[in-house]
Amino acid sequence: MSEELFNAMAQSIIDGDSDVAVELANKAIAAGVDPLAAITDGFVRGVNQVGESFARGEAFLPELVMAGEAMKAAVATLEPEMQRRGTQRQMLGKVVLATVEGDIHEIGKTLVGTMLSASGFEVVDMGVDVSAAKILAKVKEVDADIVGLSALLTTTMVKQKEVIDVLDKEGLRRKVKVMVGGAPVTREWVQKIEADGYSEDAIGAVAVAKQLVGKA
Amino acid sequence: MSKKIKSITNPKLRLEILTPQEVKKIHNATLWIIENVGVRFPSRRALDIWASHGAEVDAEKMIVRAKPHLIEEALKKAPPAYSLAARDPRQDLPLDGNHVFVGTDGCGVEVIDIQTGQRRISCLQDVADIARIADATEEVGFHWVPVSAQDKPAETRGLHEVKTIWENSTKHVQTESIYNEREARAAIEMASLIVGGKDKLRQRPVLSLMQCTAPPLGQDGGSVEAALVAAEYGLPTGFMTMAACLTTGPATMAGNLAVGNAEVIAGTALIQLAYPGAPVFYAAAQTASDLRNGAYTGGGPEDFLFGAVTNVLADFYNIPLSMGSFATGAKEPNWQAGIENSLSTFMASIVMSDMLLGVGFLHGSRIWSFAEMMMDCEIFSIIHKTMQGIVVDDETLALDTIAAVGPGGNFLTQKHTRQHMRDVFLPEFMDRRPYNEWEERKDNARDWALEKARKRLATHQPDPLDPKVSAEMARIIAAEEKS
Repeated sequence: MSEELFNAMAQSIIDGDSDVAVELANKAIAAGVDPLAAITDGFVRGVNQVGESFARGEAFLPELVMAGEAMKAAVATLEPEMQRRGTQRQMLGKVVLATVEGDIHEIGKTLVGTMLSASGFEVVDMGVDVSAAKILAKVKEVDADIVGLSALLTTTMVKQKEVIDVLDKEGLRRKVKVMVGGAPVTREWVQKIEADGYSEDAIGAVAVAKQLVGKA
Repeated sequence: MSKKIKSITNPKLRLEILTPQEVKKIHNATLWIIENVGVRFPSRRALDIWASHGAEVDAEKMIVRAKPHLIEEALKKAPPAYSLAARDPRQDLPLDGNHVFVGTDGCGVEVIDIQTGQRRISCLQDVADIARIADATEEVGFHWVPVSAQDKPAETRGLHEVKTIWENSTKHVQTESIYNEREARAAIEMASLIVGGKDKLRQRPVLSLMQCTAPPLGQDGGSVEAALVAAEYGLPTGFMTMAACLTTGPATMAGNLAVGNAEVIAGTALIQLAYPGAPVFYAAAQTASDLRNGAYTGGGPEDFLFGAVTNVLADFYNIPLSMGSFATGAKEPNWQAGIENSLSTFMASIVMSDMLLGVGFLHGSRIWSFAEMMMDCEIFSIIHKTMQGIVVDDETLALDTIAAVGPGGNFLTQKHTRQHMRDVFLPEFMDRRPYNEWEERKDNARDWALEKARKRLATHQPDPLDPKVSAEMARIIAAEEKS
């Protein structure tokens, strides 16, 4: 029964079908399957398979994102059961994500969030137009390992530096890694503001995040 | 220096890309979207305008839903044709449906340094250099702010940029880098100095404002408010969608067009509701995201088709169009850049898009290259020549000359040849030399194009902006920086 269920779970991720993934997660809970096993032996296998076919050039970005969304939905369904059992998923790290103040561009940041959470990071997505003060408060609240800052305009990109300065002032700079992104962000900019990492796309962002938490 | 501006006019080539029924279908789909899904306007002022005209406003989500007749009636008030004014009136640009003008591209963040060849972060001096070269280049009809002056404070950067362009060129300036009401008002103050008063801007709009939408189905609040200020003073303003298949729009091109169209015409309708009859234009640079990494592509068959189809929509709404072309994703001036920029510009030209943006960029409008700028200008010249088509009349059939030469012989010595030889296009950057001549040097278009740009920068002296005007502009910027 379990093997069959796990295969179906993997398949639901490959199909990017959140509804089926949630249904299977509920089925597992009802059948008394260990939620951690459901994740590791079921859903994660699907994520890995999509990742591998993406790497071979057979799957495309939308499939990757849909798999990530389905994975998120499945984990969210299993979460209460994990809490009840007092078990916890081993995560790679905690990431606070935001598009900086004055900037409403969302899609790149959201894409990075999906990719990171599908890859085993805990992601707190604060949305768009978020002030440095709010980001700082959230970093403290959740004890973040990484802060991800998005900006699409050269005029708002300067706010990435502001967040770094605020973290610095609070003495958090060595503890919290900062990664930045957005169309105008270049290697030179990253060096100038002394961020810890950047990526030009969402897939690359996962590798950067893993590196920053020493799990590459 | 010639003040001539090259534009495509009276073309012989044409393309029918959509049937009238298909256009209607896209229009109706767009109205359905605006009425049922809505468009986000994160601006108090914009929401108030919509509400006062009877649109349904969700104040919390800042989403506007409007009935089709409200949109259609508003759009009817937009003027179908007007001119963009230049500092030198001989360089005014009629947006009348019978001219295609090219501008410099805009919003770049890096520059390949014209002297060292090194890639670096862009600064105000780059804006000046590019404007100066563009001033001397007949293919460039007007300016966008080509690159971001990142050595200036973010709050007044847009003002430093337009001032610098005016100081280095007499051609029209269209800024896409002003994102809020305050900066827009200051820019208008500055523009009024050139024409001698704010009341003169309506007749002589030496500045126009282009605003980006925030797809899917959104606007940037500050940009909308800047556009409203422009419209208040009669400066042409337009909303540009960059909806991209797969990410910010549906995977299918028709759906992507409808999404982008909803953003543009909702923004345009707002302007007409607030300031009926204000000059507006349609603006677009739709694309398809890359399947593997979601990146902005700036080329490929989808871009070429978007380039050709958008003017059909702008014509349907009877307003001028500013169309993104030349937006190659290539990392250096190469095969990809040549293909993408030629085809996108050809497709946008053959339908007579009024403004094309623009020359000079690599890597999807991020890295400025002076060589690419010059090569893009040659692409436009080639298309300009191609669009003239083939003239068939007694003179061009040349029967007398054909008879005079007879079978065999050649036409090189004929008077007719001498009269018409200059009709034949002579490229500057295409290598037609004998092989051995190339082999000795192994130089190519990139070298020649860069050399041309360097020479122009070193020698061209633009008509200076009155130093008093310049000083007054500086004072306006300084006041903004202090407050």
